[in-house]
Amino acid sequence: MASNVKPRVKVPKSASAGEVVTIKTLISHPMESGQRKDSAGQPIPRQIINRFTCDFNGQNALDVTLEPAVSTNPYFEFDVRVDAAGEFHFTWYDDDGSIYEERKSITLA
Amino acid sequence: MHFTRREALALGLGGITAAALPLPALASKVDDAIAAFTGGATPAEGGVTLTAPEIAENGNTVPIAVDAPGAVAVAVFATGNPETGVVTFRFGPAAGSRMASTRVRLAKTQDVIAVAQMEDGSFARTSATVKVTIGGCGG
Amino acid sequence: MQKAPRMARALAGALAAAALAGSAIQASADPVEGVDLVVNNEITLTTRAPAPAHLDGALPEVMSGWLFREDATRAMQMDDFDNPAMVFADMGRDLWGTTDGAEGKSCASCHGNIEEMRGVRAHMPRISPAGDDLWSMENFVNNCRTTRMGAEAWGWDSNEMMNMTAALSLQSRGLPVDVAIDGPAAPWWEKGREIYYTRFGQLELACSNCHQDHFGDMIRADHLSQGQINGFPVYRLKTAGLVSIHNRFKGCVRDTRAETFKPGSAEFRALELYVASRGQGLSVEGVSVRP
Repeated sequence: MASNVKPRVKVPKSASAGEVVTIKTLISHPMESGQRKDSAGQPIPRQIINRFTCDFNGQNALDVTLEPAVSTNPYFEFDVRVDAAGEFHFTWYDDDGSIYEERKSITLA
Repeated sequence: MHFTRREALALGLGGITAAALPLPALASKVDDAIAAFTGGATPAEGGVTLTAPEIAENGNTVPIAVDAPGAVAVAVFATGNPETGVVTFRFGPAAGSRMASTRVRLAKTQDVIAVAQMEDGSFARTSATVKVTIGGCGG
Repeated sequence: MQKAPRMARALAGALAAAALAGSAIQASADPVEGVDLVVNNEITLTTRAPAPAHLDGALPEVMSGWLFREDATRAMQMDDFDNPAMVFADMGRDLWGTTDGAEGKSCASCHGNIEEMRGVRAHMPRISPAGDDLWSMENFVNNCRTTRMGAEAWGWDSNEMMNMTAALSLQSRGLPVDVAIDGPAAPWWEKGREIYYTRFGQLELACSNCHQDHFGDMIRADHLSQGQINGFPVYRLKTAGLVSIHNRFKGCVRDTRAETFKPGSAEFRALELYVASRGQGLSVEGVSVRP
């Protein structure tokens, strides 16, 4: 597992039924591209977050495939339709097999 | 991730080498990547919006956004990067729009291409040119 | 140190722009006019302030580096979620409450909530409690760690130290930079001033050559700012991470092709005081976004 990995998400606390809410997510991660060499000239192996998903009450809202061209500390902004109170589930998948998760609930206003 | 000046130059030189190749060789790399996404279908122009800065102050962190009403997926390609693929967004049943933003690495000034897969199985594309400046001291 | 007349500077800028136009890069006029730095639609930060008296007319007014950036970079600092530095400030806040060292204490054991630190960053660097040294915020943090917590000192540019200084700076966001330059601080300030105006390296450049004589002009494809440090630590798009004041100084001196002073050195602490005093009245922006 890469060190210093911390997810951060921004979700409104409440929404009206049927409202489209904007979600922002960021995770601290080096996104080592595999294109670089170390000071000894040896290639530094690729280690990136290769997939990110956001589900709401078990239904998928967004499924992202990341390539090494996504910047360090990957950031995403997208919209989710909220039809009921419930829970967002965010998942980041690391090349090394690590999985980082975050959950946030939302109530109906 | 931190690219040193030397590494950034190396990436840039890679680009120059590619530019010196016969045109089909360069075009085919991007075209192949797009064809892999579309299953060989040729995308129509329009129907997808790609927002990117005209000038990126640093190619390491370039904000981009895609918006394609009626799309099930949008893939982004960088014509001037060592690897063509950038990011693919797939929208699920809970999606509130067909819009998404992220931040990407661009090795040099280049065209960025967005290709959307629509609900009816057709494909749409658009592109934007981003000038990547090499800073004075920041660069 | 007399600043070149405004018109000459404008001409030099225009020439630089014309030269660049040949390579198809548009040089936008700097600094931007008529924009306000409002964070989260609620905190308005002061990005222009009257030049302090000690500058004796060397700058027409003092301006935040934020004004010298492109739209996308400026926008990134206007929302605490879009600003990637905030994840590191969060880590710093976590460290604040984490016990470490032989005494079994955290920062919070003595200081309470981190919000109690509001104002600290605005007065940094300052004379040490013993009165015989000039301390940057990093020195204060390490003094607590070694003498009160029985913990190891953090490296000046370690992740832990930068995360902590980010979390601390954030508590003072919006307060005006207000450093003491008189009394026991005076000799340090004089030393810092001397360094600021001394030419270093094979390129024979002083801080003032770029940041006083040519702010607003292009240096290759980059915009020169006044080199203010009110936004530090900054999140740099180039390194995609936090950068300390002294690390930025090191980068500048290195770019003159000189042997640099070390982060934490007496020279850089003196320079930090002098440069901070050139930005008196600007808001602490901690934590800003720069390319």
